[in-house]
Amino acid sequence: MTARELSSRPRLAPGCRLSENNQQRILQMPERALRLNGPSLEIVQRCDGKHTVQQIVSELQQIYSKAQAQKVEEDILGYLALLQKERALDFEV
Amino acid sequence: MTSTISNPLALIAELTHRCPLHCVYCSNPLELQSRSTELSTESWSRVFQEAASLGVLQADFTGGEPLARIDIVDLVRAARSAGLYVNLITSGLPLDESKLAALVAAGLDHIQLSFQGAREELSNEISGTKSHTQKLRVLEWVKQHRVALTLNFVIHHRNIDQLEEMVALAETSSATRIEFANVQYYGWAFANRETLLPTREQLARSIGVIKREQQRLEGRIRVEYVVPDYYAKYPKPCMGGWGRKLMLIAPSGDALPCHAAHVIPGLAFENVKDHGLREIWERSAAFQKFRGEDWMQEPCKTCDRREQDFGGCRCQASLLAGDAAATDPVCSLAPLRPKVDAILAAVNLAPASVAPGIAGPYIAEAPPANEPPTRPSWLYRPNPA
Repeated sequence: MTARELSSRPRLAPGCRLSENNQQRILQMPERALRLNGPSLEIVQRCDGKHTVQQIVSELQQIYSKAQAQKVEEDILGYLALLQKERALDFEV
Repeated sequence: MTSTISNPLALIAELTHRCPLHCVYCSNPLELQSRSTELSTESWSRVFQEAASLGVLQADFTGGEPLARIDIVDLVRAARSAGLYVNLITSGLPLDESKLAALVAAGLDHIQLSFQGAREELSNEISGTKSHTQKLRVLEWVKQHRVALTLNFVIHHRNIDQLEEMVALAETSSATRIEFANVQYYGWAFANRETLLPTREQLARSIGVIKREQQRLEGRIRVEYVVPDYYAKYPKPCMGGWGRKLMLIAPSGDALPCHAAHVIPGLAFENVKDHGLREIWERSAAFQKFRGEDWMQEPCKTCDRREQDFGGCRCQASLLAGDAAATDPVCSLAPLRPKVDAILAAVNLAPASVAPGIAGPYIAEAPPANEPPTRPSWLYRPNPA
C-alpha cells in the first residue's frame, strides 16, 4: 500500500495522535514527535480513515488555490510518503 | 544566557531501580537506589506538570522495571493528563492482561517491550531469569488491546548473529517499530564489556541484514539500528547534546542530563523535591557544565563536526579518558582513540567466547567442567532492596 494510491484512506497508526504544547500543534508518535504548521497540519488532520488521498489533495488545492495544483498534489504525496516511512500511517483500501 | 537554552523534549522518568531482570548490560548505575528513596506519586505528578509547561512532549517511563511501582496506573494517568505522550519501557514481566487494560484506560500511548534475544535459552541467560515465555504472552495481550508497540533488542556479541530471527519474532507481533540497540558501554555493560563487544565481522554482517530488512519492511515496520560506537568513526551526539533535549529523573528525584552522568566525578545533581524543573534545567551546575562549546578541548574546539556530535559522550570521555571534557575517545580524531582500538583488537583476536573473569559480589558460578566453555562469567545486576 502506498500513498500514491489515490483511492486509499490514510489514518494515523496506533500510538500516533495530534496534540498541542504551548500553542504549537504536534504529531506525537512512539518516541518521536513532529511539529506541524500550515499545510502539514491540514494534511495530518485529514488522515482520519475517512478522507481518501484524492479528497485530501482536492481540499488542499482549494485551501491553497494560489499555488499550482500539480505542485500541491506532489507535496501532499511526498508528505504522506514521509509519514508512511515514519510508520505514522495506515492505509485503508 | 538562559534565553538561548532550548526546551527539553523528553523526560526520562526512571521510576524505580527495582527490576525482576538482572541484565548484564543494564544501563542503571552500579550503585542502585533502594525503594525507600523513591519519589512519591504526588512528586512525580508535579514533575510531569512542570515538564509539560517547560515544553517537554513525551515521558519515557523506565527503570529498573517501571511496572514494579504499585502506582504505575496513577503515574500514567498523571503524565497523560499533564499533556505528555506516555511511553512505557518495560520487560513485561510484572504485566498481566488486566493491568495492561488499566494502563491503556489511563492513557498509555506506547509500549516498548524489551527482548534479550529471539531464543529462550540465551534470553534467560542474559536477563539472569526466566523471562522469555512471559514476553511472548505479553505480545498477544498487546495485540488484542491494540496498543502501539516497539520491540527492543539490545544487541551484543552473543545475539548479533540472530537478527533475522528477531525480525521474524517481531513480524508475528503487532509491532510497528523494532529497535536494535547495540550495547553502549556504561554501568553494568562497562563491567561486562569484553564479553559483550561484537567482532568487526559480526558488525559488518549485521549492518547488511539491517539494510535489507529496512527495505523489505518499509511502511510496515520501522527498523532502527544503534551502532556500537566503539566501532564508529565519529562519536554519537549523546542525548542530542548535553542539556539540550533530554532530562532524566532518577528514582530518588535527582535530575540528570543522561543515564550515566553519575560516573562523572564532581558533578552534583539537584533534586526535584528541592527545586522546580525549569530552575534545574536552566540553572543547575550539572546541566550547565557541558552545554555549548566553552568547555571543549582540541580537537573538538575547532572541529567542523562540533555542532553535530557535540564532542560525543561526556560519560564515555570520563570512563575511558579519565577526563569528562576530553574528546570522546571513540572518535577517530581523539588523541586517545588508540585505547579504544586496543580494546577492539583484543576482542577481534581472542577466541570470542572466552571471557576474562570479573571479580565482584554478583559473579556467576563457574560452569561445571562438562559444560561447553561458551557461557561467560557474567557480572549480573542485582535487584535493589
